[in-house]
Amino acid sequence: MTENNKQNKVDVIVVGAGPAGVSAAITVARGGKKVVLVERGTFAGSKNMYGGVIYSHAAKEIFPDFEQSAPIERFVERHSYVLLSDGEDSTEISYRNPQNEKSSFVAIRADWDRWCVEQAVKEGVYFAPQTLVNNLIVEKGKVVGITTDIEDYYADIVIIADGVNSLLAKQLGLREKMKPGNVVLGVKEVIKLPRETIEKRFALQENQGAAIELVGGPFAGMFGLGFIYTNKSSVAVGLGVSLEDLKNKKLKPYELLDTLKSHPYVSKLIEGGELSEYSAHLIPEGGYNSMPALYTDGAMIAGDAAMLVNNVHFEGTNFAMISGKYAGETALEAFENNDFTSNSLCLYKKKLLNSFILKDLITYKDVVPSLTKRSASFLGYYPSRINEFFNIFTTTDGQPKKEKFRKFAKYFFTKRSLSELFSDGFTAIKLIFGILK
Amino acid sequence: MKKKIEDKLYTLKYKTDEAGHLTPDLSKCLQCQEKTCTIICPANVYCYNETEKKLTVSYEKCLECGACRIACEHIDWKYPKSGKGVIFKKS
Repeated sequence: MTENNKQNKVDVIVVGAGPAGVSAAITVARGGKKVVLVERGTFAGSKNMYGGVIYSHAAKEIFPDFEQSAPIERFVERHSYVLLSDGEDSTEISYRNPQNEKSSFVAIRADWDRWCVEQAVKEGVYFAPQTLVNNLIVEKGKVVGITTDIEDYYADIVIIADGVNSLLAKQLGLREKMKPGNVVLGVKEVIKLPRETIEKRFALQENQGAAIELVGGPFAGMFGLGFIYTNKSSVAVGLGVSLEDLKNKKLKPYELLDTLKSHPYVSKLIEGGELSEYSAHLIPEGGYNSMPALYTDGAMIAGDAAMLVNNVHFEGTNFAMISGKYAGETALEAFENNDFTSNSLCLYKKKLLNSFILKDLITYKDVVPSLTKRSASFLGYYPSRINEFFNIFTTTDGQPKKEKFRKFAKYFFTKRSLSELFSDGFTAIKLIFGILK
Repeated sequence: MKKKIEDKLYTLKYKTDEAGHLTPDLSKCLQCQEKTCTIICPANVYCYNETEKKLTVSYEKCLECGACRIACEHIDWKYPKSGKGVIFKKS
């Protein structure tokens, strides 16, 4: 083997020190192999932003004792779903379960990702920050290393965890060109507020957190959602909206966020707060249908780079961590067999197929395309009607109710053609059966 | 509470690269009707000057999200060099 003679040769190179990369690297190191984790940012997490939470089940699989020392902001105790009207009203459903209050938590990525890498380094991972990978080195169809600004590095296996834009997967031709309809642009503001104010406004106790998803409102039927997450002493407010919709409706993402923030439901929660950091990131939303080939000779792809996100349930960090772990396990297996070709690395896909990751992505594969098609209905028209309904239901003004409900029912059907109602109903049934079948 | 995009970006730390990492094919911009890059970019990196008929690229404000890369196929999009570009600390 020629590559054995090369300098700078390790067993495994992992590109990208996000949740997928660090999980892959630590798994390889635990198996006793020499692994380098390469990161383009000044520190792990410095390029990362999310609109979400970290799931304890996944964190525990990689770091069993993480609760003792990890930088956790707040465990999510309150899950709220809010339908915003295009006016000032809103309808909210909140789910709180004291029995299950530690299943997910909010963390600041610069802190969490950095902590994860510190653990990995303690377990033998060699960490190389400030190192941009320019290209993969491919010899006779097999990935054998990486080129960086400083030097070239070689390995038997390269695990590609370079995030949603994955220029490396693109270089290998493993994934199709991303389309604006397959990707959501997330923008977020972290707003500083005193701890006690947050706990009071969100009805939380110390260390408890809230995860709030916002439907309707300024999204006016676009494929988009807003979110609010509580940190210890800041609140993250953001949105994710289809790039296709932004393009077609000619909307600037930060202006859309300003509109969202001005809805009374949101503005009351962040009133008096000071902007601490603004950020943006893409989220892959194509789901199973847009997934790249997950492996090739000498390489595997994990996390966002492999488009592993379940957008309906806001799951991504857990898919990243577990897919990274499977890639690491597959690499160890490949060393056992001394075979680094796709014949051996196909085990990675088998592991994903047998897990919740691909099972869920297959279950939900038609949900996003259907929702995108009918987003004007499901994410615009109906949320507004629900708010109108509750407006009637809760208003007591000396007028008889029957007339009001009749007017509402009539409006409901006249504002919407029968074919549209039929199409929405059909989509809803298709989605339910699609998920259950 | 409403802040201009410049004020929002002011909250961020950057290590600016000497050379730009975003290279649009400027000859294509002349024919481009939509100028989508000037709309969708969350950092307002792209501005089109109608009188000079020229697209300016303030790459130093880039958040490296990749939205422009996907919205327009005429941008040669790279990451800033090792250790350069935006640094998120609280996101």
